[in-house]
Formats: sequence, C-alpha cells, structure tokens
Amino acid sequence: MAALNLTFRTKCGADMFFETFRLALHAIFRNATRSFLTVLGIVIGVAAVIAMVTVGQGSTDQVEEEVASLGTNLLMVMPGATQQGPGTGGSASSFTIADSDAIESELASIRVSAPTNTRMLTAIFGNNNYATTVTGTDNRFMDVRDWNVASGRAFYESELRSGTMVCIIGETVKKELFGNSDPVDTFIRLKQVSCRIIGVMEEKGASSFGTDQDDLVLVPIRAFQRRIAGDRDVNLIYASVRDAFTTEKATVDIENLLRDRRNIDFGEEDDFGVMDMKQITSMLTGITNVLTGLLSAVAAVSLLVGGIGIMNIMLVSVTERTREIGIRLAVGASEGQVLLQFLVESIVLSVIGGLLGILLGLALGFLGAVVLKIPFTPDPKIILIAFAFSAMVGVVFGYFPARRAARLDPIDALRHQ
Amino acid sequence: MMPGETPQDTSVHRATELIEFREITKIYGAGEGEVRALQGIDLKILAGEFVAIMGPSGSGKSTAMNIVGCLDSPTSGQYLFSGNEVGTLDRDQRALLRRNYLGFVFQGYNLLARTSALENVELPLIYLGMSRSERRKLSYEALEKVGLKGREKHGPSQLSGGQQQRVAIARAIVTRPAILLADEPTGNLDTARSVEIMNILESLNKNDGITVLMVTHEPELAEYASRLVHFVDGRIESDVPNQVRGRHVF
Ligand SMILES: Nc1ncnc2c1ncn2[C@@H]1O[C@H](COP(=O)(O)OP(=O)(O)OP(=O)(O)O)[C@@H](O)[C@H]1O
Ligand SMILES: [Mg+2]
Repeated sequence: MAALNLTFRTKCGADMFFETFRLALHAIFRNATRSFLTVLGIVIGVAAVIAMVTVGQGSTDQVEEEVASLGTNLLMVMPGATQQGPGTGGSASSFTIADSDAIESELASIRVSAPTNTRMLTAIFGNNNYATTVTGTDNRFMDVRDWNVASGRAFYESELRSGTMVCIIGETVKKELFGNSDPVDTFIRLKQVSCRIIGVMEEKGASSFGTDQDDLVLVPIRAFQRRIAGDRDVNLIYASVRDAFTTEKATVDIENLLRDRRNIDFGEEDDFGVMDMKQITSMLTGITNVLTGLLSAVAAVSLLVGGIGIMNIMLVSVTERTREIGIRLAVGASEGQVLLQFLVESIVLSVIGGLLGILLGLALGFLGAVVLKIPFTPDPKIILIAFAFSAMVGVVFGYFPARRAARLDPIDALRHQ
Repeated sequence: MMPGETPQDTSVHRATELIEFREITKIYGAGEGEVRALQGIDLKILAGEFVAIMGPSGSGKSTAMNIVGCLDSPTSGQYLFSGNEVGTLDRDQRALLRRNYLGFVFQGYNLLARTSALENVELPLIYLGMSRSERRKLSYEALEKVGLKGREKHGPSQLSGGQQQRVAIARAIVTRPAILLADEPTGNLDTARSVEIMNILESLNKNDGITVLMVTHEPELAEYASRLVHFVDGRIESDVPNQVRGRHVF
C-alpha cells in the first residue's frame, strides 16, 4: 500500500498573495459589466458621503470665517426676550436713538454704538425695480461693521440731524438699477420717497446661506423713521467694545443700562437680548451642523445601500459562477483557495470603488464649494472612514457569498446549469 | 512535498491496485422516489490499465466515475485509492487527492469561459502553487501533446468541439495524474474527431504510463481499452480483458 501525499505545497506568502491578487484582477476584467455595476454602488455611496460632508464643513467654516470678519468685539442688541431667541419679541418695545446714544456715551466699555432699523422695500430707478433691504442708520454703522464707502461719500452730520433723504447703496443694488453707469447724484425712489444717491459701499460678497450683503440701501436713521417707517423705533443696535474691556463686561453693562432705561423691575426678565459674535457663530453653525448631519445621514444610507448592492451582486455572481467553482474544485482547488479568490476579488472591487468614490466625492465637493462660494476643506478623517467602510463592505459582503460558493460539492456545482 | 519537486513524485507505484471499490452503493433521494444508481459495485483497477466502462443509459457509469474522481461520495461501501480509504479523508484532503493524483475529462468539456486555452490548462497548476514560468512551460507542453500547438491563446468560443475537448485533456494531464478519468470524452464529437481523442488517450496510457478509466457508448472506441467493464442497472454484468486490443476498426 503506497502512502498518499496529501500535504499542501504552498509557496511563500508574498508570491501567493500576488498570484491571488492577479487572479482576482483577471476575474474582474473578464466580467467587466458585472464588476462595473458592483463598483457603482460603492462609488456613489462613498462619493455622496465625501461630497456632503465636504460641502457641510465648508459652509460651517464659511459662517465662522464671516462672523469672525465682523470683529470679535462686536455686540448686537435686539428687543425681545433672549430665551425665545433674538428677534422674536414682536410685542417687546423697540429701542430709541437715545438708547443707542446712551450706550455709547454712558458706558466706558463701549467705544461706539450704531442704531439701525430695517425694512424690505422696492427701489425704483426709471423702468428698473429692485426689491432690497433699506436700513436707517448713521456713519457709525460703517465704523462698527468695518465697512467703507467705495465711491461718493458718507452722510454729512447736517443730513443726519435734519433727516435728509439721501442714500448710500450696495454694489448689488447699483448693478441691478444702474448697470455699469455711475449712480452718484442720481435719484431713486423708495416707497414713493425720492432719494438722492450720495455713495456706493465697498463690495462684500455673499454671506453664509448665500445672503447677499451688498443687497442694501443705507439712509439716515431720522429720515428712515420719518419718511419710511413712520415711527421712532430702533430695532437693532450694533455696539463695539473697547479693547481694554471684555465682551462679557460690556454685555453686563448694556443689560444694566437698558434695564434701568426700560424700567424693568428687579427679578423680572430682560425684554431684550445682547449677543456677542461667539453666540451668533454658535447659533449659525448650529444650523449648518444640523444640515450637515442630515446630509451625512442621507449619504451614509446611500453608502449602506451601495454595500447591499455589492452583496446582492456577489450572491448573484456566485450563482452564475457555480459551474466555474465546480470546475475549480474538480481540478483540485480547496475550499480555502476558492474562498480566498472570491474574498480578494470583492476586496479589490470595493477598494477600486472606494478610490473612485473618493475622487468623485472630492470633485463634487469642490464643485459645490465653487458654486456656493464656500471654502473647500476636505476632511482626511472622513475620507479615511469612507475608504475603510468600503473595504469593510468588500470583506463582509464578499466573505459570505464566497463561503457559500466554496462549500459546494464539486459535482453539485458542476451540475448547476 | 517541497517546492521545486516535480509533479512526477505523485506517480503511484506500478502493479498495485490503484482503485478498489468494495460494495459501493449510491442512492439518490429517499423513500418513494429513491434511485439506486449503484447497487454494490466491486472493482479493482491496476496502475497502467486502460479500462473502458460501457452499459446502457442510466446504468450508473457516470455515478461511478464521479465517485472515483472524488467529485461525489458513495452512500455506502469502501473506496480505496492506492490502498488508502478515501471515506476517511476530509474535504481538503480530497481536494489534494484530486489535485495531485486525478485528472477528469467531462463529456461537456467544462472549460472556463472567456479564458484562453493556455490559462485553462494552467488552472490546476495554480492550485499546485507552481510559479508562473513553470506553469507556462508545462501548459505549452501539454497543449502540444494534444496537438494544439499554436492555439494557446484561443478561448473556448474560438475552438471547435474536438479542440475544446483536447484542451480539457491537456488540463487533466498537465499535473501528470496517476489516473485520467474520462466520462464520454467523445460524446459530443463526430467519428473522425473521436478517433483523434482516442489516439491521444492511448498514447497517454502507453507512452506516459497514465492509467485511463473511460466511459463510452461506442463499442469501436472501447476497442482501444485493455479491459472492458459492462454496467447494467447499477451492477457490473461483465468484466473481461480486451482480446482485440490494437486491432482498431478505423
Ligand atoms: N443527482 C441525481 N439525483 C437523482 N438521481 C440521479 C442523479 N444523478 C444520477 N441519477 C440517477 O442515477 C442513475 C444513474 O445515473 P448515471 O448518470 O450514473 O447514468 P449513466 O450510466 O452515466 O447514463 P448515461 O449513459 O446516460 O450517461 C440514473 O437513473 C439517474 O437518473
Ligand atoms: Mg453518464
């Protein structure tokens, strides 16, 4: 009786790995259509995650950058209880110009304070109409916002005191009504009121959420109150904190002063709010973060669906390839060798899908950043996670169908038609 | 076996019983619908023989071949390969038995689609863990032996039936198996093509010392064998040496 030689004759690891890898590539290209469909699921999933997160991150960065550019020493004072959020105090009484002046003159911590009030109005020049926001204020608005007049001039003191209807327009309003011609010293109409243009503001560009900061008309606040609003209200005060003081100290100062001026009793809630830029930033980024989270969740679902697609195609392909597996088993492949082949094949597929997905996702993210005019700041962490996920999808969803295939009896696999 | 050794090390000592069936049965299904495909087969095949199995359709020839080829397992009985009980081997060991000692040729060729003749022949050598250059060399030799020199790069769809079957034979013998199993290797081929295949099998048996076990329906083709086994209803009806071997009708 001759002893059988039934030991494995394997080669050293690297060689065997290369061989298996080559076989997997071979199988992938032999069935290009099927491979393409498999990869597509992962590409879309990974690309969606990366594009969404990149755009979301970009808009958050944009908000932060923009608010920071307003200056960290800027406070905004609004009527209405802060608990309900700023601007909700419809019933709370507005401020007056005197309130704003008091903040500036009585508080050592405040350098300058600008009263403002705003309405949506249609500006008319000749046959052109353009709906814009009209803000009544004075030259201190340009100071606190660190924003200069580009052509023409700021308001004269006499115009501010007497409430003369002159206006300074933003770049967008200028383009909409005048095109490329110089608007200075021409007249536009705001709510039936004629108004002489004395200047054009510097261009600022879009803000977060795409609101156009150059879409505005400034008029002296007294003229605004008398000719447009018909009241003596001030709805937003910008206050700039002196360098030597903290925003916290300035906030407390303003709160105490206004409580006193508005006769709020001890123990009663404020009927106004003071917000610093940190609060405004966190409020705005809070909104973008929620949006980013939602988008990411949608993207993650599409990644998962892509993974299930891969599993499905691997299962179908195993059925299709049962005869092939039968042939391989018949010529002497072991269960482990067939398993390894399918495993490597699906990992290679999902890694290719992952890489293509990353490229597509970055391209879409870049496109989104350009269109939305936000910074393009891809996050290596997200790219890594998306890549790891696609590789994992390959392993998990490749392993189970492969195991099913490798466990078939050779004759059953061969008979499969 | 260590890397670098040649596949010839797997050849089995001559004049021993290479294959032995003891009371092999195979039953498909159960109860009412059960089919007794093999009803107690005793069979011994010596190394170097060329055995032809004949018999009516449904008599269990393919079932027996599949059991010999370790593609299927018997319901009961013992199968000894070179004196070793195959029933005690696990799945991996049976894969190794197929890899190292057996070559199978099917009636329907069973080549990998969209894969060249050369790569089809290389397939078993990949699982043997052979290097690419070694594989290439042996595969070219095997294809030349079956008369397919120059067709190495053709895929199955570019080859005739006879050529495809010759690729399948090359794939079966490239590992230099102890035994070549051929289940109706000429079943899909015309007479002239069949004779070409039989000449190849005869040469492999005579010149390369490969034991051949073949199923055929054609008495003329069975003449190539040294021994004729007749199956009827899952039993061996007759088992005789072939007196007229070599006096080919064609
Ligand atoms: N997988 C199977 N399930 C159920 N019955 C089967 C199966 N395979 C074969 N049989 C039955 O076993 C019997 C023997 O079949 P086998 O294929 O061995 O016959 P054969 O002698 O090769 O016939 P042929 O000459 O037509 O190829 C037949 O009655 C067949 O119907
Ligand atoms: Mg048969």
